[in-house]
Amino acid sequence: MEVLVYLVPLALALGFVGLLAFLWSLRSGQYDDLDGAAWRAIADDEPANDHS
Amino acid sequence: MQADIDFSHYLRDCGAGLVHLDLAVEGINCAGCMAKIERNLSSIPDVTSARVNLTDSRLALEWKAGTLDPALFVTRLAELGYKAHPFQRDAAEMREAQRSQGLLRRLGVAAFAAMNVMMLSIPVWSGIGSDMLPEQRDFFHWLSALIVLPAAAYSAQPFFASAWTALRSRGVNMDVPISIGIFLALAISVVETVNHAEHAYFDAAIMLIAFLLAGRYLDQNMRRRTRAFAGNLAALKAETATKFVSPTEIRTVPAAAIKPNDMVLLRPGERCAVDGNVIEGRSEVDQSLITGETLPVTATPGSAVFAGTLVRSGTLRVRVAAASGDTLLAELTRLLDQALQARSRYLRLAERASRLYAPVVHATAFLTMLGWLAYGATFHDSIVTAIAVLIITCPCALGLAIPAVQTVASGALFGSGVLLNAGDAIERIAEVDRVIFDKTGTLTLPELDVANLASIPTETVKLAGRLALSSRHPVAAAVARAAGASAPLPDIAEEPGQGVHGTWQGQSIRLGRPAFCNADDLANEILCQDPEASVVAFSHGETRFVFAVRQQMRPDAAEVIAALERRGIAVEIASGDREPAVRLAAGTLGIHEWRAEVSPVDKIARIEELARQGCKVLMVGDGLNDAPALAAAHASMSPVTATHVSQAVADAVFLGERLAPVLTAVRVSRKALRLMRQNLWLAVIYNVVAVPVAILGVVTPLIAAAAMSGSSVLVMLNALRARAKEAV
Repeated sequence: MEVLVYLVPLALALGFVGLLAFLWSLRSGQYDDLDGAAWRAIADDEPANDHS
Repeated sequence: MQADIDFSHYLRDCGAGLVHLDLAVEGINCAGCMAKIERNLSSIPDVTSARVNLTDSRLALEWKAGTLDPALFVTRLAELGYKAHPFQRDAAEMREAQRSQGLLRRLGVAAFAAMNVMMLSIPVWSGIGSDMLPEQRDFFHWLSALIVLPAAAYSAQPFFASAWTALRSRGVNMDVPISIGIFLALAISVVETVNHAEHAYFDAAIMLIAFLLAGRYLDQNMRRRTRAFAGNLAALKAETATKFVSPTEIRTVPAAAIKPNDMVLLRPGERCAVDGNVIEGRSEVDQSLITGETLPVTATPGSAVFAGTLVRSGTLRVRVAAASGDTLLAELTRLLDQALQARSRYLRLAERASRLYAPVVHATAFLTMLGWLAYGATFHDSIVTAIAVLIITCPCALGLAIPAVQTVASGALFGSGVLLNAGDAIERIAEVDRVIFDKTGTLTLPELDVANLASIPTETVKLAGRLALSSRHPVAAAVARAAGASAPLPDIAEEPGQGVHGTWQGQSIRLGRPAFCNADDLANEILCQDPEASVVAFSHGETRFVFAVRQQMRPDAAEVIAALERRGIAVEIASGDREPAVRLAAGTLGIHEWRAEVSPVDKIARIEELARQGCKVLMVGDGLNDAPALAAAHASMSPVTATHVSQAVADAVFLGERLAPVLTAVRVSRKALRLMRQNLWLAVIYNVVAVPVAILGVVTPLIAAAAMSGSSVLVMLNALRARAKEAV
């Protein structure tokens, strides 16, 4: 069970990194436009076509 | 026309020689629009960034200071087919956005903590009774404490703060039992960990916080979105004013840039965007948005004009009393304050539930402790069991039951053109059993329209419409609109106060007062039938026609009123307009109960009288004269064309030409209230099942966690049913 000495801090550190990544993404405004973000992922490769 | 407007009020310097402009854009609804706009505008030299926000239909632009005229972007967007107008986030919207961000951050912290604690808790649960050493279990408990205590101290602050506020004002809200539950769960867990005991409830406490924050965030985000959308609507109205920058020089500026004591010029056909006093000039003005009266009155030096006044004939010079939306008649302000105070006494369903809930839960926990002590258990065991009762009853489901339904229902309403202003609007709209409609601008459309279009040949209508384009008079504008005219006739002259005239196909052509076109007899015929109409005559050679122009009923008004009555809701009209006009409208719509020439005080008196009889009144109105009544009624709605004040005090604002959103609001709200009650009962049933288990003292942390998430998910799923469509 000595392996816990490494594994538990490692797991917690990873969780902490995840939290920091979330806070960073929140701060940089990535949650401001959820609808737009969903489309941007696929929109770049499309030609600019007229929908209106 | 847009290009003349001075946009400097909206520009923001964002350092490094760049300026920033926010535009509200109408019609962005797909990824294609987004790509098209961004690509087109970023291709303008000196533009450093053009980014569309699809959720809020907005565009943020940045460019090198001093290189471009902001009006260029508006023109570009117009060429692409989008109507755009600059806007400024108002303080309320900023606050909502900040609150929303803050909740999301706390939710993130709580959720990450919950995930990591679960990683520690699951080995403990599965290891108990088998090969896990007590030292290992203690180690895991200490680690959990290390994660949860700081995370809870940060993320549960909204609950603690709100509970503290409630307690300080000697009240109880839902956050009081929540805070007590969280606090005791954490405290007992620490004590148990110190004592090397088997059970700790760190996971349950942080999960509870995460679930509740999710509910709060949903609620807040919906509110933020509504606020942003309302901001766009206000911006797209593109209210401008013609301001005197020197005694002789004028400039068109956005209404938001006007300050008290500025002088503005009002020309025929313009709607006043500010409150003020006439200094110079004389004109007929249409005050229907303010008083409900459809017949024009005369404004002379000294008369007060209000935002929403339509200038009909002459030009006025006005000194601004206060910037738009800030002031009213003193009388209206007083009535409004009183009415708003009365409304704040309304107790929300959640508050009523928590008033019942908190004492029952706390009494149960206390009795459990006493019971176990009497039964001979140790003091420590009794307290642990009592706290287990508190944890299991902690209103996770209860905290989600109402916000979840509210979020889903307001989303459904948003989709059908109803924007909610107040958080408890759904509950109050659901309870109404009587609707009072204002007439002008509410049952009728705010814009003038030609009533006798069918009796005039299409060719004539088209020709008259083209001629009408040369006049700014609102009645002529209505003819042009009805004809769908876009090509003005050449060489048309305007005779002030009379009409417009010229020559077409070799014959004289005229549009204006009946006498001007020699059509008095035709006009009198129309006025006899419909005394409320404004008439405008048209002559071309020997052909003569008279257009009857009036505010038309909303196209579906009669149906909506019939549907409301079918649902057992009584309908009546209270209008500030004169008797014949109101009688006619009531007759057309089949409404038996109506009142005419009602003053704002009388409207409130009527609402209070009905309230005393036990009626719950929904007031629907748009004018300044309706504002106090909107605030006094149990619930209220305004069309989006209403004055600023009415929109601000109404519980909900509806969009579009149709009246159907009023019916939809009642229908969706009733369904939502039913679901809220169902959810509360689900929470009660859950407690009835879970509490005896807790009282018996057999609740392990595993059972607590499972029960908590199970009930939350159940309540959430039930809330989603508010979305289901049903036929109107």
